[in-house]
Amino acid sequence: MDQADLSQKRRYVQYLESFLKTQHYLLQMDGPLPLHYRHYIGIMAAARHQCSYLVNLHVNDFLHVGGDSKWLNGLENAPQKLQNLGELNKLLAHRPWLITKEHIEQLLKAEEHSWSLAELVHAVVLLTHYHSLASFTFGCGISPEIHCDGGHTFRPPSVNNYCICDITNGNHSVEENQVNSAGNVSISDSFFEVEALMEKMRQLQECRDEEEASQEEMASRFEIEKRESMFVFSSDDDEVTPAREISRHFEDTSYGYKDFSRHGMHVPTFRVQDYCWEDHGYSLVNRLYPDVGQLIDEKFHIAYNLTYNTMAMHKDVDTSMLRRAIWNYIHCMFGIRYDDYDYGEINQLLDRSFKVYIKTIVCTPEKVTKRMYDSFWRQFKHSEKVHVNLLLIEARMQAELLYALRAITRYMT
Amino acid sequence: MEKMSRVTTALSSSALTGHTMHCHLDAPANAISVCRDAAQVVVAGRSIFKIYAIEEEQFVEKLNLRVGRKPSLNLSCADVVWHQMDENLLATAATNGVVVTWNLGRPSRNKQDQLFTEHKRTVNKVCFHPSEAHVLLSGSQDGFMKCFDLRRKDSVSTFSGQSESVRDVQFSIRDYFTFASTFENGNVQLWDIRRPDRCERMFTAHNGPVFCCDWHPEDRGWLATGGRDKMVKVWDMTTQRAKEVHCVQTIASVARVKWRPECRHHLATCSMMVDHNIYVWDVRRPFVPAAMFEEHRDVTTGIAWRHPHDPSFLLSGSKDSTLCQHLFRDASQPVERANPEGLCYGLFGDLAFAAKESLVAAESGRKPYAGDRRHPIFFKRKLDPAEPFAGLASSALSVFEMEPGSGSMSWFVDTAERYALAGRPLAELCDHNSKVARELGRNQVAQTWTMLRIIYCSPGLVPTTNLNHSVGKGSSCGLPLMNSFNLKDMAQGLGSETRLDRSKGDTRSDTVLLDSSATLITNEDNEETEGSDVPADYLLGDAEGEDDELYLLDPDHAHTEEPEYVLPQEAFPLRHEIVDTPPGPENLQDKADSPHVSGSEADVASLAPMDSSFSLVSVSHALYDSRLPPDFFSALVCDMLRFYAEQGDVQMAVSVLIVLGERVRKDIDEQTQEHWYASYIDLLQRFCLWNVSNQVVKLSTSRAISCLNQASTTLHVNCSHCKRPMSSRGWVCDRCHRCASMCAVCHHVVKGLFVWCQGCSHGGHLQHIMKWLEGSSHCPAGCGHLCEYS
Repeated sequence: MDQADLSQKRRYVQYLESFLKTQHYLLQMDGPLPLHYRHYIGIMAAARHQCSYLVNLHVNDFLHVGGDSKWLNGLENAPQKLQNLGELNKLLAHRPWLITKEHIEQLLKAEEHSWSLAELVHAVVLLTHYHSLASFTFGCGISPEIHCDGGHTFRPPSVNNYCICDITNGNHSVEENQVNSAGNVSISDSFFEVEALMEKMRQLQECRDEEEASQEEMASRFEIEKRESMFVFSSDDDEVTPAREISRHFEDTSYGYKDFSRHGMHVPTFRVQDYCWEDHGYSLVNRLYPDVGQLIDEKFHIAYNLTYNTMAMHKDVDTSMLRRAIWNYIHCMFGIRYDDYDYGEINQLLDRSFKVYIKTIVCTPEKVTKRMYDSFWRQFKHSEKVHVNLLLIEARMQAELLYALRAITRYMT
Repeated sequence: MEKMSRVTTALSSSALTGHTMHCHLDAPANAISVCRDAAQVVVAGRSIFKIYAIEEEQFVEKLNLRVGRKPSLNLSCADVVWHQMDENLLATAATNGVVVTWNLGRPSRNKQDQLFTEHKRTVNKVCFHPSEAHVLLSGSQDGFMKCFDLRRKDSVSTFSGQSESVRDVQFSIRDYFTFASTFENGNVQLWDIRRPDRCERMFTAHNGPVFCCDWHPEDRGWLATGGRDKMVKVWDMTTQRAKEVHCVQTIASVARVKWRPECRHHLATCSMMVDHNIYVWDVRRPFVPAAMFEEHRDVTTGIAWRHPHDPSFLLSGSKDSTLCQHLFRDASQPVERANPEGLCYGLFGDLAFAAKESLVAAESGRKPYAGDRRHPIFFKRKLDPAEPFAGLASSALSVFEMEPGSGSMSWFVDTAERYALAGRPLAELCDHNSKVARELGRNQVAQTWTMLRIIYCSPGLVPTTNLNHSVGKGSSCGLPLMNSFNLKDMAQGLGSETRLDRSKGDTRSDTVLLDSSATLITNEDNEETEGSDVPADYLLGDAEGEDDELYLLDPDHAHTEEPEYVLPQEAFPLRHEIVDTPPGPENLQDKADSPHVSGSEADVASLAPMDSSFSLVSVSHALYDSRLPPDFFSALVCDMLRFYAEQGDVQMAVSVLIVLGERVRKDIDEQTQEHWYASYIDLLQRFCLWNVSNQVVKLSTSRAISCLNQASTTLHVNCSHCKRPMSSRGWVCDRCHRCASMCAVCHHVVKGLFVWCQGCSHGGHLQHIMKWLEGSSHCPAGCGHLCEYS
């Protein structure tokens, strides 16, 4: 194993550590919500994406900490307080930009079922965490073994197809198989893909200083990208019927992701410069739910800066441009705009199949197929694709958090 | 002052005048900056860029710099700065990474002068050199700082922080070549403008981003920094290592910090989130702000002192789209509103209390601190050394010491340990607890338990005869000598019991309404029993009288609950006395003394033989067997519990609550119960009564309490060989594949109590080791150590 491999692993381990620390804190440590509420909220969130793996995992934990099994029969059997959260869950998962301070007010002023601000922030963090975790689960193809009922009870996580560590290694045997099956496509083809991508990055790097797009053009590029993300949808929409056992958590299955661009013409664009995680979100979270802001901040940070400077067979590549493009594309899909970013770059760096994959994972992870996974970046290593997944889920989590926290801030002022 | 007058003459005007005032902007402001002449202010934001003239009564819009048909991102300002040498020159930092300079002297409507598009990310801060006309510095999200010479088209030099985004850059006011920059990762760097290759000095100032910094206008080395970690720190940079000289803890992340002119130790801060106020702190006094401006309704984004030598005018811009001028004399001063008081417990239960002298003086006239009997004794007073700051006069410090012995809580510990709270029938629990209380000399408590037992157990659970028997046994215990003593104690107990009733306003008035003579007598009795050793016969008479009342009043008042419930409670323990007291001639005598019982000769007569006194009890039992269900007393019992709790004996309240369980729980609201439980558990834990406290937690029915012992139940085990945490569930370490914590005697894994010698760290099952040590004093593991177990 060479040096690069080692350092890359170390980075993953770092991320894993930060991830586990956050999750442990959210679920086990001191917090405003009782333990069984936390797991139930996790189930609610994962169920929005029909992620049966996470749901099963938390059903067990939920029962283990003394949760009432009746609640599992559906949200309407849970306390009114949790039912109230259903609306926010839906919005967060599919259309976070629609969250207003009125939603927050409804939750906080519901007589005896009202949430406290601290509880709400805890719940919001849990919801966003599990939404994005569901994305990751689908993105990496982690699925429960359907044929063994209750088989999750006492199994250590590594038995479930693959554990997170194995995935991050990228050399798991299952994944190797995928490499082979996916690799047949046509090596030469995909080889050129990588070359082309590299070339584009180089060009962008160089020409940036020379030719500067006009301001109007920059502004319109964001709008274009936003609008375009609407058309990016995979053609093979094979309808996934939600498994019986989880569908009970839905009140409204029809309520899915709606494209921002289609509906959002009247919704003002979210300017990161006016409300960003580092300055505003962090302070709010840390104030209402101490220490969590720090943990999440660390996690975002590690995920965003995670790189091992390789692209497929190339080494020592500065991937920051690519990572930023991916991150900003995801935020762009949620209507979040960075003033200091040229959205034209996205179009150059991310090809269609990749956009389809990103969009599916972030917005409707339950619809992702192995074909999609295989069809983007064919020449890249699986570990790199998993890296992309990490980037996707953290960007998604931040986007959801930003909308929710902004609404809370507006409620507070 | 000298300097001030010089400056004002330089400005050829008298001192600044104005009012606290504000004006509405069309959009949220991101930053403000003041012109050199202190008469104009520029406000910049995402969609606003205007210059206002500050007039006597109001702000007047003077110029809108946001011109052009299409709003360009170049105009979306993150920061703005007005040149302090040239009043025509401004610079803005745009969110898209462009640095723009503006020349107000341009004749056209568009005053935009130069455009620097060198930064790749948002520019967070721009700063003009304080004395050089053409030098502009910028700091950006991309981690670079650039120095521009306005006479050239591009940057003169680029400084790479080698860390993360730059949040603030500030030229030193005193050192021509130095500037400071702050970073998102908590670092502060000091640069020499001539050396772009590396920074002069770097140190970590905050945990998390440092949002702002400001050089002290007079003190060469002082730099104030504010960060997301809610701190403002003042650094002395003249020393070899940057030294933190002051630290102010605020309540929200600090977005801006500005030293107050002419006030060496004052600085103004505003926060990034949540908190909308502007504070002016005296850094030597980091806990209470010296002044506070509360005008804004949303976060304040920019602050600036109007004139570099006038400490009384502060300008601010806010997200709530207003521009404000604050006058220092109109600020609210939290210090004035605060009552500076401190209260602290010492290690041995001493209590120290400090307060403003005026407060203490006013109160000491009427002996204010007698309230709590547990800390009554010592009252010592001395003056604090004079306060270094104005605003506070002298304060007084009082120390209350515990009287040795009086504060002993051994009764509490004993009671806690010996009380039985569950696992036996109610009657037995009450009897047991009553006995415990009596043995500890707490007769009132003992009485209460006995009463509870009778109230709740007599009708259904225990046959009447049986009850009488046990009551008789309960206190007489076949020791006739003890009787009189007992009796007296009980009388005292009773006395206070009655006082209990008296202390409750409504109950008393009821009683008075019901029968004033009866109450009167009770009161009389109390006083006398307390004061002298009058034999208990009074009580007897009292009891009789009460019994009479019961008989007499029942027909009239059977329908109203309140007047009656007082009676049985008092009647009962008295009847108890009857059983104990050897009847004698005094009985009759005393009876005659109390006019009130005149009608009850028949009863008195029947007292003579023991048997009939029993029968009397039976009769009265029959009385409330038929008419008064235990529910009837619950209000009274609740009052009793509250009484105990208020007296500070929360132990009694909780114990009764647990023992009686469902019978009273519903009558006391959840919160009170929780409060009692929490305080009792807290007390128990202070006395290290872990077992009792856990039992109480377990027996409590309130959810908030019973989940107390659900938290942090994890036990972390490290392998004894490799010292690594044991992650798997078994007792075998996955790293060294050996069993952990083996018993040195039986060589099995110890899963329960493990005892080990601290010398050789061998050990095993508690019983095994104990057994081993009977035979040998060497270590069972054969290491040759002479083990010692304490």
